[in-house]
This record gives sequence, structure tokens and C-alpha cells, in this order.
Amino acid sequence: MHPHLLESFMNLVGLGGPSTSIGLYESVRSLIAAFLIFSFIMTAVLFLILGLRKFLGFLQSRLGPNRVGGPLGLGQTMMDALKLLTKEDIVPAMSDHLVFNLAPVLVFVPAFMVYVVIPWTATGSPKDLDVGIIYIAAVTSIQVIGIVMAGWSANNKYSQLGAFRSAGQMISYEVPMVLALVAPVIAAGTFSLQGIVRAQLSTQWYILVTPIAFIVYMVAGLAETNLTPFDLVEAESELIAGFTTEYSGMKFALFYLAEFAGNFTVGAIGTTLFLGGWSMPFGIPGGWPWFIIKSSIIVLGLFWVRGTLPRVRVDQLMDLGWKFLIPAALFQLLVIALYVAVGWPYWAVFIINVVVLIVVLALGGMLGLLPSRDDHVRDIRTEQRRKRALI
Amino acid sequence: MPETEAPAVARAPTGVLTEQQIEAARIISERALWLRDVGPTAPREDGPPPADDDSVALKTEELVLNMGPQHPSTHGVLRLLLRIEGEVVKDLVPDLGFLHSSFEKVFENRNFQQGIAYTDRMDYLAAMTNNECYCRSAERLMGVEVPPRGDYLRCIASEMGRIASHLVWVGTFGLDVGALSAFLYCFREREFILNLFEALCGARLTYNYMRVGGVAFDLPEGWSEQCLQFLDYFLDRLHELDELLTGNEILLRRTEGIGTIGGEDAINWGLSGPMLRGSGVDYDVRRSDPYGIYPELEFDVITEAGGDVLSRFFVRMREMRESVKIVRQCLAKLPDMPDEPIVGKVGKVIRAKKGEAYSHIESPRGDLGCYMIGNNSDRPYRAKWRAPSFNNLQVIPEIARGYLIADLVATLGSVDIVLGEVDR
Repeated sequence: MHPHLLESFMNLVGLGGPSTSIGLYESVRSLIAAFLIFSFIMTAVLFLILGLRKFLGFLQSRLGPNRVGGPLGLGQTMMDALKLLTKEDIVPAMSDHLVFNLAPVLVFVPAFMVYVVIPWTATGSPKDLDVGIIYIAAVTSIQVIGIVMAGWSANNKYSQLGAFRSAGQMISYEVPMVLALVAPVIAAGTFSLQGIVRAQLSTQWYILVTPIAFIVYMVAGLAETNLTPFDLVEAESELIAGFTTEYSGMKFALFYLAEFAGNFTVGAIGTTLFLGGWSMPFGIPGGWPWFIIKSSIIVLGLFWVRGTLPRVRVDQLMDLGWKFLIPAALFQLLVIALYVAVGWPYWAVFIINVVVLIVVLALGGMLGLLPSRDDHVRDIRTEQRRKRALI
Repeated sequence: MPETEAPAVARAPTGVLTEQQIEAARIISERALWLRDVGPTAPREDGPPPADDDSVALKTEELVLNMGPQHPSTHGVLRLLLRIEGEVVKDLVPDLGFLHSSFEKVFENRNFQQGIAYTDRMDYLAAMTNNECYCRSAERLMGVEVPPRGDYLRCIASEMGRIASHLVWVGTFGLDVGALSAFLYCFREREFILNLFEALCGARLTYNYMRVGGVAFDLPEGWSEQCLQFLDYFLDRLHELDELLTGNEILLRRTEGIGTIGGEDAINWGLSGPMLRGSGVDYDVRRSDPYGIYPELEFDVITEAGGDVLSRFFVRMREMRESVKIVRQCLAKLPDMPDEPIVGKVGKVIRAKKGEAYSHIESPRGDLGCYMIGNNSDRPYRAKWRAPSFNNLQVIPEIARGYLIADLVATLGSVDIVLGEVDR
């Protein structure tokens, strides 16, 4: 497919270029744009789910979905969605019905609102806001309200525990995430995502000047999307299904879709801020295929981690967030501010970054700031150990 | 008291249960009721300090959580009643009996041959060792000798069963702490063992392989070679599992110092198997009270001093390697006795004289014992089992109290219960 096809199409429906007037035409255009993006994301999510299930199957030495819809199981997700649509919609009798029904919407809608500012191509950003990063941070943090509402209204103890865990986790990891997002902003001097991509096009990818921020962003992204090392919110072996325990049918599907859309959001934002977005270095023509390829690589990385690691505990999760990620991100801001102020070459900044990262890790280890083995319940354990001296 | 008021504790119909059983049910129900009723202000020596009435601290409440019998990490149909404050487990009561199948009563009504098939269903993850325990008790009751070749075949089957059982344990323990892939790897490896068992006795789960006096079938042609091939392959895979789990920092942090029990306590609670050896006690029936051909074999009894979940994990991982060693030695000895019988001399109708016998063996879960009374008939008058899962499970409230819910799940996983055996 021609790389500029989407661009030309966007221009055709009036999406490309700056908008000047706000009127009927503008509103219709926005509606069409919203519809286009939404359908694209939904279709992408359908195949993303299939692809990721296949990838997870490959990691776990099994086939993954391969029966429904042809030899590759192409129709699997569509059939799953169809099944969920036709399932009985169960609302627990003792639940708070209004909140229970509202919660999936509050989780689902923000997950897709993020895509308004994602710059797919040079002109293909549905709406290039000047406060793009702030918008993303604001919109994604709405989801936690939906999750807490879901957990609270279901009148189920497991849901509630999951919701409270989620509230703690999302709020804790929002801080390092936003700090990590700020680093490229400082480097580029703009909050606009399109502007950040253009700044990288004229200099270099920001993963080279802000590698610590990239690491922090990926870890926080894992936590924000509830993937395995941090999937305490829906930890199957502990909380059955967490806040989605009582949900069924399409409402459950909304949570499920929002989760996968969230995975792709992490990939898309990571690509935009750290991997140059749609642009390519060395004079390779950029375009939306590059954007999707880069995002998919990040998402595959997330799933690789998901398939490999066990789950951390609640207190360890908090330790990692507050005691390591936030200090590391703050150090990154210091380094990137120096980079902007002094104007060193990027390779020097990269080396400084690596040194800073090592120093942070070493200092954290020496001062005991890194997650400790038994912090939260240390007193109980030492007492028990004292009580039962080993033979 | 008006007649319409229901009694506080529902009573089972008296015709079915004995007085003792009703009493036990009443105690369990009362304990459960106590769990529900006891509030945050109730004084308990290990509870939180009573709240100061004048303080403006945030009001918190303890929550009674019903974990199971349909909970994914209770490994079957165990029900745990938890009293939690936030995520901290203040107290818990295990509630058993959801899988009670009256196996011990059934044994009284089936002859010795038929009884073996029922032992498969008790500990369904290690049916071979259950077979062996039942047969050894019956043999001791009747004074039947097992020929050496039969003993070797039993040993091979039991040790392969131990590997299969520990593999399931490693996989499900991985699930308990959130590692999904290890579970599928373990089941892939277990599949090879099940294929071998299928070639040996035609069954993949409920083997019914052993007989009073020996085993039912000799090895099919080429079985030893396939088995040796599998063992080589398996050691590689075990190394892979080690890399995936044992060396993982998250797993270490999740398991070290969790669910700790010291050696002396472990003995006093009647623990056995990896639970006991994980607390540093060197006790293994295969070594301490040897049976069959175990005295002739070279293997190590694995112990770890930690007494925590991680120690039990290490014990099981290393025990699989010991089992590989044992199977290799047995397979090497087998060609020396090509045409010897595999079943000892028993009558056409297997009858037990009047008397009683107890024999115990080392099952993957611990010290598995069977006590049998003969009554001059073709069926045991009574068969009572000492199930290691059951004894190991009772320590759960003791070692999980005060930890987080996530730790409770890991601790419960580390005990390695099979509810078929616990409830019998």
C-alpha cells in the first residue's frame, strides 16, 4: 500500500492542514474524522488481539487461536466479540445499577480519546493539540475513576479489593509516567506531539537523549495497562478477575477492548516521544506504516515481558514506583535540562544518562532505597522468625 | 423461645452422620460464625491495638472474605474463610469436605483388586504412589513377597509419577505467583511422561498399574530407550525452568521469608514431604524407613534450611533431578533380570487373613500411609489413609497469618494440596 494513502485520504476528508473556521463544515468533518479513527482503532484492536494471542502462544509453545475464520484463526476476535454481544447481560441484584452500567463507559471512552492527538503521519493527526501531552495525561487518568466505580458498584469483595489496588497503582504510576513524558517535552520545547516528532526529525530520536525516561515510561506503561508483572488489579490467582469479576457480555468486552487499546496507546505514545513517530532517519521516507511498525514492536515487547515474569506484590509495586522510578525520572529531567541549556552532542548526553542510571541504581542499592524484600510486613515476619528459630 | 426461630447452627440429619461428625461440623460452623461476628474492637492478643475512641483516625473495618471453593488458586475445592484488614490476612479457617467421596468406606466394599482402582482417584496427580501404598499394605497384611523385577518396575513408575506431580506443582505454583508461561512448559514436559505411562499401562491419569504382589504389565518393547531419551531431554528442560523461575528476582522476592515454619514446629505439626524437608528436617520415607529397592539405590534426600516458600520450591525442583537419577539406575538394572516374574505368588482369589498392617511410602506430597485390617475375606475390613496433603494443610492458618493475601496464595500453593486426597 502506498505510504501516503492515508495522508491523501485525510486531506480528502479535510483532516489535513490547519483549520481556520469553526462551523457546520468543521463539525461534520470532526464527526467523520472521529468515525474514521474509531473504526481504524477498533479494526486494529481486533487484529492486534489476535496477533498478540498468537505471539503469546508462540512464547508458551502452543498454537494460539487457529480454528475460527480460516486457517490462521483470523475471525477469532470477531467471533469472540459476537459471542460477548449475544451473551446475557447480567447485573448483580445488589449492585448499584447506575454506577455499574456507567463504569465500562468511563473506562472505554478515555482509552479511545487518547487517539485524538496521536500523530499517525506528518499531517494525519486528527487534532494536533498544543497541549497534547497534558491532554494524554489528563484523559488516561479518567480511567481509574471508571475502575474504582466498577469495583465499588459490583458489591463484590474481590471487585472492591481490585479497585482499591488499581487506584493505588494507577495514581502511583501516573507520577513517574508523566515525569517521563516531560523529558522529551523539555528536549523538543513543545507539548504538541506533532511538534515533538518534527523536533526528532531535525535532530535525533529522543531514546538517545532520554533513555532513562524511556525505561521509566515502559515500566510505568506496563503498570498503567495492568500487564503481568503489575497485573495486581486483575490478579487471577488472588482476586479472580479483580474489578471485572461481576461483569459479563458486552460490558466485559468494553473493559477488554479498552485494555488492548491501552496497550497500543503505550506503544503509540512511546513511538511518538522516543522513537521518532512516523519519521525515519537517514533520509528514509517516513509515513504511517513506520508508526504502526514501531508501535507494534513496543507492544510485542510489553507482551514478551508479560509472558515471562511473575507478578510482584502490592508493597513491592509501590516500592518500585516511589523509590526507584520517580527518582530516576527526576534525575533524567536534570540531565535533559543540562542538555538543552548547554547543548552538548547527543552521544555525550547518552553516556551521561547511562552513568546517571548506574549511579541511581548503585545509590539506591546502597541506601536501601530499592524495593526491599520485606518492607511492608517486616515487623510481623521478624517476630515470627524470632519465634521459630530454625533447627 | 418461639418454635419458628431457627437454631443457630443448622444440624445435619442424625441418621446419616455419627455424633462425632456432627460435633466436628458444629465446631467448624461455630468457628466460622465466630470469624464473621468478631469485630475490630474484639480483644485478641495478636490483633491490632483497640482503637482510641477520641482519635480522629480513619475508620477501618475488618472484612471477612470467602475464598473458595470456586476460587482459582485454592487448587480444587478448598474453602478458606479469611479475616482481612486491607490486604493483611488477620486470621483464616480452612473448610474442607467439598470433594469428600467416601473412599475409605468404598474400600470396605471392594475386593483388593478392585480397591487399587479407587486409590487412583484420591491423589489424582500421583496415582502411581497411591497404588503402591495400597498394594504394600495389602502385601504386608498377607505376607506376599514382591519379586525384584516387580519392585524395580514399581520404583520406575513411582519416580516418574513423582516427576509428573512435581511438574504440575511447579506450573501451578507459577500461576499462583503470576508466571503464566512456566505452567504451559511444565505441562508440555508432563505430556511426555503421560505418553510413557499410556504405553506402559494404557491410562494417562488413573493408571491402576500395580497389583497386590507386583505390577500388572512389564515394560513394552523400546520403552526403556524412550524413557532414557526423555530423561536427557527433561534435564535440559529443567534447566530452562530454572532460568525462567529460580533465577527470577521477582519470584525470589515473592517467596523468600514467606510462610515460614521452623523444623521443630514442622515436626510437631506432623508435616511431611517437601514441607518438612523445606524446613531443614532430613526425613524421607525412602531413606528413613526404606521399602522396595530403595536401599539399593543412590540418591540424596534434599533438604533446605529456610523453612519458607522458596525452600519448598527448591526442594521440589531438586527432587525432580534426584528422581531422574533413580529412574536411570533402575533402568540400568532391569536388563540383568530379563525373564523374572513381575508379580509375586498370590492366590487366584486374593484373601487376607485376620490381622492388621500399616505401610507408608514417600508420595510426592509426603508421608503417605495406609492402615488395613483383614477379616478372612477378599476385601479389607477397614482401610484408613494417612494423607500427607491433609496433614500439611492444617498448618496453613499458622504460617499464613499476618501476611498479605498474595503471600497467602503463594503459601497455599507451596503446600501442594490435592483436594482429592485431603477430603478422600
